[in-house]
Amino acid sequence: MLRVDGLFTEYPNEKGEVVRAAQDVSFTVDEGRLFTLLGPSGCGKTTTLRSIAGLERPKAGEIAVNDRVVYSSSKGIFVAPNRRGFGMVFQSYAIWPHMNVFENAAFPLEVRGAGSVLRFGSAARRTRLSRSDMRERVMRVLTAVQLDDLADRAATKLSGGQQQRLALARALVMEPALLLLDEPLSNLDAKLREKMRFELKRLQRELKITTVYVTHDQSEALALSHQIAVMHRGRIQQVGTPRDIYERPASQFVADFVGNTNFIDGVVVSCAPHADHDQRSCVVRSEMGDLKVHSAQELHHGDRVTVSIRPEDVELSEERPAGDNVWGGRVDQKVFLGEALDFQVAVGARTLFSRRHPTLRTKIGEAIFVQLRPDKCVALKVS
Amino acid sequence: MRVSTGATTNVFDRGAVLRPQFDWKWVIIGASVVFTVYIAVIPLAFLLWQSFRTPETAATAAVWTLGNYAAAYGSTETLRLFTTSLQFASGTALFAFVLGAGLAWMNERTNTPFKTIFFALSLIPLVIPSILFTVAWILLASPQIGIINLVLQGWLGLAEAPFDIYSVAGMIWVDGLHYSPMAFLLMSAAFRAMDPSLEESATMSGASVFQVARRVTLRLTWPAIVATILILFVRAIESFEVPALLGLPSGIVVFTAAIYQAVHRYPSQVGLASAYAVALLAITSVGVYFVSRLSGQGSKYATMTGKGFRPRQIDLGRWRWLTASIFIVYFLLIVVLPFSVLLWSSFQRFYAVPSTEALQNLTLDPYRFILSYPNLPRTVLNSLLLSFGAATIVMLVTSVICWIVVKTKLPGRWLLDNVASLPIVFPGLVLGLSIMIFYLNVDVGIYGTIWIMLIAYVTRFMPYGLRYTTTSMLQIHRELEESAAMSGASWSTTFRRVVLPLLKPGLLAGWIYVMIVSIRELSTSILLYSPDTQVVSIVIWELWENGQYVELSALGVLFIISLFVLVLMARWLGQKYGIKE
Ligand SMILES: Nc1ncnc2c1ncn2[C@@H]1O[C@H](COP(=O)(O)OP(=O)(O)O)[C@@H](O)[C@H]1O
Ligand SMILES: [Mg+2]
Repeated sequence: MLRVDGLFTEYPNEKGEVVRAAQDVSFTVDEGRLFTLLGPSGCGKTTTLRSIAGLERPKAGEIAVNDRVVYSSSKGIFVAPNRRGFGMVFQSYAIWPHMNVFENAAFPLEVRGAGSVLRFGSAARRTRLSRSDMRERVMRVLTAVQLDDLADRAATKLSGGQQQRLALARALVMEPALLLLDEPLSNLDAKLREKMRFELKRLQRELKITTVYVTHDQSEALALSHQIAVMHRGRIQQVGTPRDIYERPASQFVADFVGNTNFIDGVVVSCAPHADHDQRSCVVRSEMGDLKVHSAQELHHGDRVTVSIRPEDVELSEERPAGDNVWGGRVDQKVFLGEALDFQVAVGARTLFSRRHPTLRTKIGEAIFVQLRPDKCVALKVS
Repeated sequence: MRVSTGATTNVFDRGAVLRPQFDWKWVIIGASVVFTVYIAVIPLAFLLWQSFRTPETAATAAVWTLGNYAAAYGSTETLRLFTTSLQFASGTALFAFVLGAGLAWMNERTNTPFKTIFFALSLIPLVIPSILFTVAWILLASPQIGIINLVLQGWLGLAEAPFDIYSVAGMIWVDGLHYSPMAFLLMSAAFRAMDPSLEESATMSGASVFQVARRVTLRLTWPAIVATILILFVRAIESFEVPALLGLPSGIVVFTAAIYQAVHRYPSQVGLASAYAVALLAITSVGVYFVSRLSGQGSKYATMTGKGFRPRQIDLGRWRWLTASIFIVYFLLIVVLPFSVLLWSSFQRFYAVPSTEALQNLTLDPYRFILSYPNLPRTVLNSLLLSFGAATIVMLVTSVICWIVVKTKLPGRWLLDNVASLPIVFPGLVLGLSIMIFYLNVDVGIYGTIWIMLIAYVTRFMPYGLRYTTTSMLQIHRELEESAAMSGASWSTTFRRVVLPLLKPGLLAGWIYVMIVSIRELSTSILLYSPDTQVVSIVIWELWENGQYVELSALGVLFIISLFVLVLMARWLGQKYGIKE
């Protein structure tokens, strides 16, 4: 289990000013879970990860793994990164070019014998593994990442995907209390990235290793994680399951960053509690007319809001459907994507994006009906 | 989506469409080949030839002989010459390396306070000419008048001076200090070129600071370490000022000093000097050969580094004040003390050790002497013209050579590269000697004129210019040129409108560098100058020979200040025209 509490990390920049890279970052990751830090580049993901690793010294906060405090500003604790026993995969993989595959993977076991790595929990293990034990463990982890037949190959002769798997093997070989991954798939080409995504997920689920994963790619985050934290400008905006984040974004930033969405600005007319206890249904007056929407936020008459609705929730039909939030419009543009068809539909002065199954054959310029299901319309207060 | 990148030949080699432009190209290529061979190879041939000839006198014509080699290598003195040279050069290389690498590590990898200021400051010594640095250290640490010696003797009540600058150790100290900024730059670059996550991943694997340094940092920078030591060794064995000023007075002779002595003996023994020079050339060639092999190896690793550089700094805790004070002491030794002692001496009528008494006798006489020195305007003009001319020619010629080498598929282009880089193995003195022999034997009317000096400078600094142009040329992506060709531009238009503008920052940096090293040049000029073609560094040398120390100091102070202003101006220019760094 990982607990991060009120973490602040700063850097001085070239001009000597303070860059607040991580601010008041708090979250917990339960045992065996994969937790993702998601956000645009420069939002402080790497900084947070490196602070957990101990490669960066935070200004304030507390970090504990399995109740072992590795950093605490109030108690004056800072455990050196090489004593934390965490596995880490760097964005550049950082495979040592002067060692072969086996030597790279065996390094953590070798240095552990010589130094004294405190294992999480209680006892200090100083035992040096015997040659054959070490060999067995290294080969086991190389087998897990399918590199066992390349053990003697020079590290410089590996492809991108193989380097990535070797970096993972090296991080796993010491059976770490925590696995830290910094954009591990970003240096791979698209096909391989997809494949490694599943590999990674399978490995993590099998080994049940507590993992913090950093990425700027929302589909990666949605596919892999038990939980996601969306970061923006050094702060966590929202923590939740992939489904929560996607369907119930807590802010305009999250809705915009995770997936594509339509935003419709408006003003709250009325609000009433909904059967679902923490939701309420409201009516919002927009340029398109009155909209029935849902919201998790406390909204009052006159509040300015923006309503987010995903393209796949913008339903289209050639006959007028029954129900709320229905408008007549005209097809403006179509983009064929193979498995889906993207529509741009003009409703009055507004253009809405809709993603439909390719069986819908309405031509450009023809009339069409648009329906926005109220439970898919999320009203977000404009700050 | 797939984009074909199949064709890799240069666009201008393809097809007959561009045929009319080809003539131009061949003329330029031909001219640069002829020029490079003429400038780099022929003097070497003459040096070898001369080493097998007897001296020519009015009475007897020169004949073939092995006598020069017998004289040079036939005695027990030879062994001493050899061991002294190696001792001096390896001592200097190691001392400069330890100093420079240590400072580079502190600067790149630790949280030493104020280190950014120190980085800028530690480059200042690069503008102090070696001869002035050496003279300053004589004034600081000679057994008779050295200020440090006198102060320590006074404090500790010693009967004898604790330091003797006129010894091999003294020579190593002065030359090592002088070359340490170079080691600092080379090692800083090596540390910077390394992806820090290679070290961090070792830390995360549980390795201690010591294990990381031994098993990762050192192993990965090993090629750079060996290359740096070799480069320093070659530089030290070539150096002339320190051996001449510190070695010769106490009978410590190294190769460069032996060459100089042989030329300046009466009658002059050019053949003997050439025999020494050939051995020296052999040593430097071996050194340079290994350096180039190593830099090839280094790039094998360089391909593995990733993006996202973010060097982590080792927190030294309270030790960081120790490292900060090491920086301060270093700066004192390398800039403050030498410059102050020259400044002090330049306000004296006769050189006197600082004292309250001497303080009463401050005078501007040395400056008056220097400013009314006969031929001073001429000398300064020569220095300026030569450095300006050499820098311009070097950068123009090397950019064409480099374009041929990097961007064309011309057969034999690697040879052109090697020929143009050849002068790097010439110690300045040996180059001066070769060019002197060449133009003494082939009379084209430039011996004793400023032209011979210009040729010497261009030859000597061509490899440096080539390095600057090659680095920037490699960064110009082929597609930038190809798109110019696709837009219908001819070869010369592409070169002028696309290649040159992109090269500009690199060319300007190289130009500035060549300008500065030319203006400090002494060891080549010393065999080639005539009363009409004196340059500033030669005047300093002559003042030293005449024992005019205070006047020398005055000229030195003015020289250093002007060089410093020149560098500042160059930086300003560089920033304006977009040179990073
Ligand atoms: N070593 C550093 N020195 C100064 N600023 C830094 C340093 N590392 C990161 N930053 C700054 O901190 C912010 C967060 O960076 P980072 O954590 O790398 O973002 P991310 O990984 O989310 O792309 C950025 O504004 C970045 O410029
Ligand atoms: Mg990052």
